[in-house]
Amino acid sequence: MDFEPTPEQKMLAETVASFVKQRSPVERFRKLRAAGQPHDPEVWAHMGELGWLSVPFPEEAGGFGGGPVEVAIILEGLGKALAPEPYLASVVLAGLALARAGSEAQHERWLAPMIEGQSVLALAWAERDGRYDASQPRLSATREGKGWALSGEKVFVLGGQAADQLVVSASTPDGLGLFVVDADGPGVDRRPLRTIDGHGAARLRLDGAVVEDDRRLGEPGPASLAVLQRVLDLGAAAACAEGLGVAQAMLDMTVAHLKEREQFGVPIGSFQVLQHRAVDMFVEVQLLRSMSMMASLRADEADDELRRRSVSAAKAKLGSAGRFVSQQAIQLHGGIGITDEHDIGLYFKRMLALNTMLGDEQHHVERLAGLDGFVGG
Amino acid sequence: MDLSFSAEDEAFRAEVRQFLAESLPGELRAKADVDAPFSHEDTMRWHRILHARGWSAPQWPTEHGGPGLSPTQRFILTEELELAGTPPLSPFGLKMVGPAIIQFGTPEQKQRFLPKILSGEEVWCQGYSEPDAGSDLASLRCRAEDDGDHFVVNGQKTWTTYAQYADWIFCLVRTNPNVKKQAGITFLLVDMKTPGVEARPMLTIGEQPAFCDTFFENVRVPKANVIGKIDAGWTVAKALLGHERTLLAMVGYSQRMLRRVKHIAAETRVGGRPMLESTTWRTKIAAIEVELEALKMTNYRVLAGAQLGKAPGPESSILKLRGTEVNQRLYELAMEIMGHDALSWYNDEGIVPAMEQGVAPQFCYARASTIFGGSNEIQKNIIAKWILGLPSGR
Repeated sequence: MDFEPTPEQKMLAETVASFVKQRSPVERFRKLRAAGQPHDPEVWAHMGELGWLSVPFPEEAGGFGGGPVEVAIILEGLGKALAPEPYLASVVLAGLALARAGSEAQHERWLAPMIEGQSVLALAWAERDGRYDASQPRLSATREGKGWALSGEKVFVLGGQAADQLVVSASTPDGLGLFVVDADGPGVDRRPLRTIDGHGAARLRLDGAVVEDDRRLGEPGPASLAVLQRVLDLGAAAACAEGLGVAQAMLDMTVAHLKEREQFGVPIGSFQVLQHRAVDMFVEVQLLRSMSMMASLRADEADDELRRRSVSAAKAKLGSAGRFVSQQAIQLHGGIGITDEHDIGLYFKRMLALNTMLGDEQHHVERLAGLDGFVGG
Repeated sequence: MDLSFSAEDEAFRAEVRQFLAESLPGELRAKADVDAPFSHEDTMRWHRILHARGWSAPQWPTEHGGPGLSPTQRFILTEELELAGTPPLSPFGLKMVGPAIIQFGTPEQKQRFLPKILSGEEVWCQGYSEPDAGSDLASLRCRAEDDGDHFVVNGQKTWTTYAQYADWIFCLVRTNPNVKKQAGITFLLVDMKTPGVEARPMLTIGEQPAFCDTFFENVRVPKANVIGKIDAGWTVAKALLGHERTLLAMVGYSQRMLRRVKHIAAETRVGGRPMLESTTWRTKIAAIEVELEALKMTNYRVLAGAQLGKAPGPESSILKLRGTEVNQRLYELAMEIMGHDALSWYNDEGIVPAMEQGVAPQFCYARASTIFGGSNEIQKNIIAKWILGLPSGR
């Protein structure tokens, strides 16, 4: 039983905090949002220089050899300042899918430039009628000559609007397959999608897009499906960590507001009803912190049941804690909390996105309840 | 970072399980199997068995008979005892007055009281609350007047849990009415057999005789029974509130209750199918399981800190608050699943399934957990002030 960060992990957290403070206040996100830019390529390149984009990849693939705990440290820090760079989308989701399903040559071709911050990857798995189930894509891949022809639609491709290459899940005659698709290639219709949180995504239509066989990651079938499902669990755990950063920032801003804002001649934080609401927020943030730690420690667990149980419990907790904390933060800010001018609303909307992506509370509670071990546990 | 227990701690867990398998008497095990309520005699019997193993007061220092377990081992012991459904030992001697005597008592007081607390030979109860002093405890009025080498105590204490079985009561009494209210209070030990002491049990909403009103009429108490200094009882009382936070969350009890909820849902059928097979009910149960998991992980964080000898962090402040809420929600869900059976009240065996028999009274009594030991609202006041740094409430 040990929750102490190592000296290296502590240093990483400090580096992220100082980056956020000096180079990425919320104001930076506001400017990008106003300019309709999903993120800043210079900052992405800087993150590459700092080594952050290499964190979860094995050393053989040019990575740092870290894991979900290090990813969580980075995302909690970025979440606190709403940094819009597609870390979760490009590093955690698409990057890990490529790293785990791809060959050395494929790592060299697509992972290496992303690790250096020179390109962006995205994972296209969600479909219109599939909700949060990734196991049965309707987008199809069929053999065509020496390559493949892909047809179908993907929705809510996180980071997809900025991606150079897309890792796309497709059904093949042998089961689920993963293919790397050039985002601007022929037969690829990629439309940017504006999202509530301003981070953006893409909708993807493939109409017989031809893909060379060297763009197929591993063998279609159970192994590819297993990679995809494990990557989505890693992504859900990462969303918990970013959500924790968002929730902690909202709590801190709200407590500060309660101390500063005066009504009836006193700080409103002296009113017991508001104090207790703030304490309820604090309790939820603490519980979320515990669950985020647990999820990052088990997100890469090989035991499917234990991994799913842990990740789903944490993501479900992100749902309930995130909803409560973000809604109460608006409420306790009063009228100013409803304005676009105040930052609290930006956090509110980011929390909503994090809660929904990769499975909402209901989805994960149901998944937990459906596990074999649920009855006895 | 690591979520597993060390091999040494796992070995200790195995040792506790082995002990439970061998030493929990058949009659108590039979009650535990269906979660039937334990009598006072059951509890004391189990106290003696734990004492014989050296585990009645895991948190006491070894010089006073504690077993010298690490914080993690104490947590494991508590969790396993709770998980097995063993009778909870009365906390008033072992967790409250005992530690107070260890911290503030004289050598004579330690020698006189500690061994019998440890063995269960003397049973204790707590005289804190009064009819007009609940959350505002320092406004208490039960007075102790100076009469040479004795005090003469007059007044009333209430919610004195199981005072009818107690040999001794530790009280907060007013020894000086002319100073700031916290400053004129003394921590005093009173023999329940002293003339003028009377405990009158009352029924709780669970219809257990768990609470008493305890009356004091010209009760003569030797000054040798003061713990700490005269008029410094508030300090002693406050020190007791800081007792082991790692054990406040009732994680073991709630895990056991969760299992019971699932068991009841598996045994209760609707339309010919067990309720546990219904997605609606499974997700309801799973939602509380998530809350329990979050509580448990928070408890682990506090435990890991304690094991390193660190001062409790802010996360430790939520354990009592959240632990009691989760526990209440589990009872509530059990009641909901039971449907009509939830309304059965102390009927003979066989009227409702044995597993359900005790749920309704326990559900009622569980409402006490968010009130005693500093109500959850008082806990929130404390967190608002000391952790969030919000200005004084009004």
